[in-house]
Amino acid sequence: MLELKDLKVEVSGKEILHGVNLKINDAETHVLFGPNGAGKTTLLMAIMGFPEYKITGGSILFNGEDITDLPLHERARKGIGMSFQRPPTIKGVKTHQVIELSARNGISIDEAAKELNLGHLLNRDVNDGFSGGEIKRSELAQLMAQQPSFVLLDEPESGVDLENISLLGGAINKLLQKDMKRQRVNSGLIITHTGYILDYVDADVGHLLIEGIVPCAGNPREMLHHIKENGYEVCAICPTNC
Amino acid sequence: MSHKLLDDLTERAKLAINKKAAFGEDIDLTKYLKPSNKHDYVEDLEKLSDEEKERLIAVGVDTKAEQRSGSFVQHDTKVSHRRSTQEGVEVMGTGEALEKYDWLQDYWWKAVAVDQDKYTAHVELHQNDGYFIRTLPGVKTVYPLQACLYLREESTAQNVHNIIIAEEGSELHIITGCTTGPHVKEGIHLGVSEFYVKKGAKVSFTMIHGWNENVAVRPRTGVFIEEDGIFLSNYILLKRAHSLQMYPNAYMVGKNSTARFNTIIAVPEGSHVDSGARTYLRAPGAKAEIISRTISTGGTVISRGHMIGEVPGVKSHMECNGLILSETGIVSAVPELEGHVADVEMSHEAAVGKIAKEEIEYLMARGLSEDEAKSTIIRGFLDVSIMGLPPHLEAAIKKTVETSQKGFM
Repeated sequence: MLELKDLKVEVSGKEILHGVNLKINDAETHVLFGPNGAGKTTLLMAIMGFPEYKITGGSILFNGEDITDLPLHERARKGIGMSFQRPPTIKGVKTHQVIELSARNGISIDEAAKELNLGHLLNRDVNDGFSGGEIKRSELAQLMAQQPSFVLLDEPESGVDLENISLLGGAINKLLQKDMKRQRVNSGLIITHTGYILDYVDADVGHLLIEGIVPCAGNPREMLHHIKENGYEVCAICPTNC
Repeated sequence: MSHKLLDDLTERAKLAINKKAAFGEDIDLTKYLKPSNKHDYVEDLEKLSDEEKERLIAVGVDTKAEQRSGSFVQHDTKVSHRRSTQEGVEVMGTGEALEKYDWLQDYWWKAVAVDQDKYTAHVELHQNDGYFIRTLPGVKTVYPLQACLYLREESTAQNVHNIIIAEEGSELHIITGCTTGPHVKEGIHLGVSEFYVKKGAKVSFTMIHGWNENVAVRPRTGVFIEEDGIFLSNYILLKRAHSLQMYPNAYMVGKNSTARFNTIIAVPEGSHVDSGARTYLRAPGAKAEIISRTISTGGTVISRGHMIGEVPGVKSHMECNGLILSETGIVSAVPELEGHVADVEMSHEAAVGKIAKEEIEYLMARGLSEDEAKSTIIRGFLDVSIMGLPPHLEAAIKKTVETSQKGFM
């Protein structure tokens, strides 16, 4: 599905990612751990194609195609979707409009809105005065309408109460076709700090992003356990010692 | 009207005939011709020429007058159509109203000073009608009324004086379209409007302007709002106007009175628009709001707002947002707050610039191209649902905005 080869990314002239290698196969869900400022959001933004996140080396392959130079909206049209941590407010543009615009395949927005309990937000300006949980729900409703085959989720559980986490977990599982088992194709990359989302979403592989590189991969639950016990210095004591 | 009052007004107007306005280009009024005044009265607006109907429809006037509680049309200096279809709603020319009602002199030049500037003076000395619209106590308009001031002849001046009265507990919705004939290149429209919103009454006044190349426009408006009265003004200008300047005053004299001014203005190259609203909060519980959204695609727009809190317990808020969509356009926001006592709650926010990159990219991440994202944001910026109109009127105005937008997007 997605492969990053020695990806180097610069923001405002400063290199943040120093050569990231990562491979996510069809039907896999990967999780990205890492301390604040390690470059996790930068990695997601660069995969999505935001121009400010300048790719200075390496490549991004999506379904075998090199998309390193493809503009943002074309990556979205090819099937990459992202849930933002702090999306902007757009005055006058209603939430339902953005969901409808995201639905390029004519998906009805009603289902997404109902699933994410979004009814009261549909006629409000998108993200205007939304609570943390409302932002996440609105983001996921947009993704459900967009139907990407590869989803990038930036801390989907941050600022969300427990009741809403299970709601969001359900929506993420749908996006990742978790109910489909064998026919499943969709895959994703999720940033999480707390790991709470792992109680709701089954992840296959975990990665640690530290100081601009992704040195290792492992079982996400075990990695989370190690991080909780030892902090992000876990690398130093990692038996693989890569 | 009493001779003494008339003489007094004439005298004051004469003294002010060369008085420059506080804002806007000083326009030489002597260069405009007197219109020939040969227009016929039309019973049915559908009988106007297709060309004229098109112009009227573009500024929100329904020539079929379906879903309207009344209509008023003035071509240049002459009232060419007036009709009320609802009992308790009066629609006529101000000339006729002055003959009919002696008491009208009590409202004449009371909300706008006759000697405010040369334009008000000119209207007094060369007045050609204007509309008189009144709802009787307790009467609520089922549909909005519509009024159109139409500049048909080349290089002429239209000097109208409008009086709008909503008697106690009444509700009045007006949609006004001002426009020019398709071939009129030059002209001036001077419009004095005096509004009286009585106790517990509600007036919504939606004005859509659609001018031609070299037309100058100087509206002069004053509004008195009594206890629990609500005045809602919506102004939409999306086509080029060579020079337009207005700064309506709302005097909130009654307890718990409300005034809201919403403005949506787009200025293409060659347009110079200086527009704002001033609210005097003079009674406890008064609330005022000014929201303006302006777009420049090459022209200049100055968006002003001045809120004056004179007594304790008043609230006001102002938002001036401007988008610059070309290299040469100028958008200027001038918000001003003035509190005369401590216990007032007044605030403003203003922002001017191009469309935020992060907003464009957010929509692009959902698969929209850059152009699609920009036009979605602009359409949102010009969204009229902020105006709080009755649904059928909102739908009609949305349609008008969509049509006008095609010109600059």
